[in-house]
Amino acid sequence: MDDLLNEFLTETAESIDVIDVELVKLEQNPNNKEVLDNIFRLVHTIKGTCGFLGLPRLEAVAHASENVLGKFRDGELEVTADAVTLILESLDIIKVILAGLAATEAEPEGDDKDLISRLNVCAAGGAAVSQKKAKPEPVVPVQTLGRDLLPGEVSLEDLEAAFAAAPGPDEEPVTVEETAAAVTDDHDGVIASGSGHHDPVHEEPRKSSAPAVATAANVSADATIGTQSIRVNVDLLEDLMNMVSELVLTRNQLLQIMRRNGDTEFSVPLQRLSQCTTELQEGVMKTRMQPIGNAWAKLPRIIRDLSVELNKKIDLQMIGAETELDRQVLELIKDPLTHMVRNSADHGIERPKDRVAAGKPETGVIRLNAYHEGGHIIVEISDDGAGLRVEKLKSKIITNGLATEAEVAEMSDQQIHKFIFHPGFSTAEKVTNISGRGVGMDVVRSNIEKIGGTIDLKAIEGRGTSFMIKIPLTLAIVSALIVECAAERFAIPQISVLELVRVSGDSEHRIEHINNTAVLRLRDRLLPLIQLDKILKLNADTKTENFIVVTQVGTFTFGIVVDRVFDTEEIVVKPVAPILRDIPVYSGNTILGDGSVIMILDPNGIANSTGDVMTDSEVVVANATTSQAASQDRESVLVFRAGTDTQRAVPLSLVARLEEIAVSAIEQANGSLMVQYRGQLMPLVMIDGNCRLKEEGRQPVLVFSDNDRTMGIAVDEIIDIVEEHLNIELASVTRAVLGTGVVAGKATEIIDVSHYLGLAFGDFLTASTNRAHGSSVDPKHVLMVDDSSFFRNMLKPLLSAAGYRVTTASTATEALKLREKGEVFDVIVSDIEMPGMDGFEFASTVRREGAWQSVPLVALSSHATPQDFNRGRDVGFNDYVAKFDRDALLSSLQDQISRVGDAA
Amino acid sequence: MSRDYRATPRNDTTVSRLGGEFVTLRLAGQMLGIPVLAVHDVLAAQKITPIPLAPHAVAGVLNLRGRIVTAIDLRARLGLPPREEGEPSMSIVVENKGEPYSLLIDSVGEVLSLSAEKYERNPVTLSQQWQAVSDGIYRLDSELLVVVDVERLLDFTLSAAA
Repeated sequence: MDDLLNEFLTETAESIDVIDVELVKLEQNPNNKEVLDNIFRLVHTIKGTCGFLGLPRLEAVAHASENVLGKFRDGELEVTADAVTLILESLDIIKVILAGLAATEAEPEGDDKDLISRLNVCAAGGAAVSQKKAKPEPVVPVQTLGRDLLPGEVSLEDLEAAFAAAPGPDEEPVTVEETAAAVTDDHDGVIASGSGHHDPVHEEPRKSSAPAVATAANVSADATIGTQSIRVNVDLLEDLMNMVSELVLTRNQLLQIMRRNGDTEFSVPLQRLSQCTTELQEGVMKTRMQPIGNAWAKLPRIIRDLSVELNKKIDLQMIGAETELDRQVLELIKDPLTHMVRNSADHGIERPKDRVAAGKPETGVIRLNAYHEGGHIIVEISDDGAGLRVEKLKSKIITNGLATEAEVAEMSDQQIHKFIFHPGFSTAEKVTNISGRGVGMDVVRSNIEKIGGTIDLKAIEGRGTSFMIKIPLTLAIVSALIVECAAERFAIPQISVLELVRVSGDSEHRIEHINNTAVLRLRDRLLPLIQLDKILKLNADTKTENFIVVTQVGTFTFGIVVDRVFDTEEIVVKPVAPILRDIPVYSGNTILGDGSVIMILDPNGIANSTGDVMTDSEVVVANATTSQAASQDRESVLVFRAGTDTQRAVPLSLVARLEEIAVSAIEQANGSLMVQYRGQLMPLVMIDGNCRLKEEGRQPVLVFSDNDRTMGIAVDEIIDIVEEHLNIELASVTRAVLGTGVVAGKATEIIDVSHYLGLAFGDFLTASTNRAHGSSVDPKHVLMVDDSSFFRNMLKPLLSAAGYRVTTASTATEALKLREKGEVFDVIVSDIEMPGMDGFEFASTVRREGAWQSVPLVALSSHATPQDFNRGRDVGFNDYVAKFDRDALLSSLQDQISRVGDAA
Repeated sequence: MSRDYRATPRNDTTVSRLGGEFVTLRLAGQMLGIPVLAVHDVLAAQKITPIPLAPHAVAGVLNLRGRIVTAIDLRARLGLPPREEGEPSMSIVVENKGEPYSLLIDSVGEVLSLSAEKYERNPVTLSQQWQAVSDGIYRLDSELLVVVDVERLLDFTLSAAA
């Protein structure tokens, strides 16, 4: 059976049981709002889920009962015995349908019009007519079960009701084996006479083709549904966990005794015991931990169904599905997550035509992203839909009496957004099947707060909504590196560890000191070191050998010096006692496999606690960022000599090939040098006037290629290829040179390839203009914002060559001036790290107002971590490209422009 | 070896002046008493993981049947000289605000049933550090028993001196 359906049945059966009890309670105490809310939510959930599973009959009944309950809740309808009976009656029908589902995986046929109309009459305020079946009851042979009902089975009364409700005997909801046998004849009849009949929603080929006997067999097999999985109280698991820990301890003690006594007759059974214990421990641990992806498994289908139903185009992206969560937490956030995704699809994402009108791609994106951060698990649910309409929220707040007009006027948008977490607050214009009715964000919030989490939202009207759920890590499992310092063991969360370096007097790496500050040379960089024993004020002996745990916190990379490194262990993080909470270097503690308690170090706290050692950690962080950026900016550079003795260089990424061409093959035509190269004529240019071709032998040539065009630059000598951070220190005076920088220790001119491309093909740039985007005649206008002249100069020819018209700006401010001047661009490419206004700020400024609000923004950065990516997306970047990925940049530009094209 | 003095935890230390049952313990020769209902467990010496940077009175953390328990060195808490190397120690496990604590002591005595008439308030001359955590004194025949108020003992905000 379909997992989804299976789960739905188990869940709904539980809900129904609860509703049964609660309804009776409600009848006795009609004013108990809590009970009523609970019932309402349960019915709402059933209804909602039915919609996704395609169970129209169930949905209709649930919807009608929910209407009545809704009136109860709003106080519009009095809770009377008759009304409750009516609801109970509909519950019975639901049960019957469920039983049918469990048996045949499809809704049993039936007509609930009578019930629904009575429910509707009731909802409309009419007397709840609790008359018995409107239709004459078909004669049903009375059978009695000689035993109590098993879970999942349905009483005969219910079956009777089903018979009564069903127009024909085509698909009885049968679950009890005996009954199944009794009705086999009926089935035969159905198969023979009505085999062409299909449930309109659930096409089950097996249903119509399988012989009746098989159907009956299925019935009995599926009747045991619910026994395949059981729900276990988490407390019980917790107890089990504790017992297992105890068992592990005892096992360890036994093993120790064993080792002292040598081989005895106990050895073998003890080993077996040990193994079993380990497996048991793992098993129990596993029962509690699950990847968050499990909670997401349903979502793609829900979104698919929703997009069909709502006629929207929705793309669901799920990132970090493997993030592990405590089962208990997972259970608790599952429904809120589903609900929120549903909300995003229903209220967030607009209809395709509205999206297009708003200048957005037709397909809306709902993104789920889960990751660990600073001792928490963060789950983000964001969409690029309509956002929250503050004005609408305001009027709703006022009409609901949650605040006065004056108060609302004083509130910030953020504060107003928060109101969606109030009970009974729904902004949906109409109550739909999917959401609305005000069951929603308040429940979501209370569920999340139950597990000590927080929920926050950011919404930009017209641009989307983003919810951020923060769940404490205290229940979650993490992988940790166990280290030793001054004979004490500590755990460092693996997630922040970049690498391990062994240092000793004779090894390649050693610790050096600057005024007592320890540093390590690591791949031509200085890594600041933090000595764990000093931070923790432990007395460690001086070691000849240390290990350095290279750790990253945000963008700050540093090394933690420890004495030894053991292996990694999966640990369950437990919070420290309140008295220890003020110590910033610990994020928790845990019990290791051997039963010992160990403190978990918080790299964040350690980095911060070095504030006094490192004078100003902010500065350090800033420096670290630059140095890291610098290190990432390193690039292969081809160094060569041509004409003069000056060393020249060109980024290797621009060079297609290095060739040596026989001088005799070089021809002259129309005043230009040419060479036949790979079946084409390749123009050959000289670096400058001083350069001469070789008299004889072979001429080294740098070959540059762009699509089908190839050009060669003749040079005297190719010197080397070096890894270098290209920093143009002197601006150039001639057009052929970008500027001068230091490469391989010598002043080097960095040549401007675009200049030579121009020399080689007078029409080079214009000719290639139309290639990038076939049909369009106008070259697309790109604004490039980057503080590095090198990048501007390197990317400009690249983009020009790809057929874009490029304007550059060296700062965000300069770019914004262009906006004021009324310049129009098709796409903006911006660097992130810039002095003054950085890329994030630039993007949010552009998005906030002005003519460029809807111009696609592409971020260009050497930092392409998911966090950066998300931040970029939050402030309004449409895409995020790593700085050195030329192809990605080009395809991203193409993509952004064509999206706008599609939208227009 | 662990003896459970009672099954269900209940923090009820305010009744100490009304008499009742107390678990007696020794600390640097002095007899102390903790209301029996506050005591969860009595443990022999345990392996304790020290916590660098923790307050002086925190001896470390230990694993009690899968629960992480914070160990408080009662000698340090009460300003007594540290235990000699090799001297035996025991622990009494108490609970405060849902968190388990293990109090490190020298030895555990017995459970005494004391009547209210033997109760005295703290002598005013008692040191501040002791005043802060003591709930009064019981006059026994041979010596005096200081009643420890577990809640105040574990409230480290009250006495930064500890």
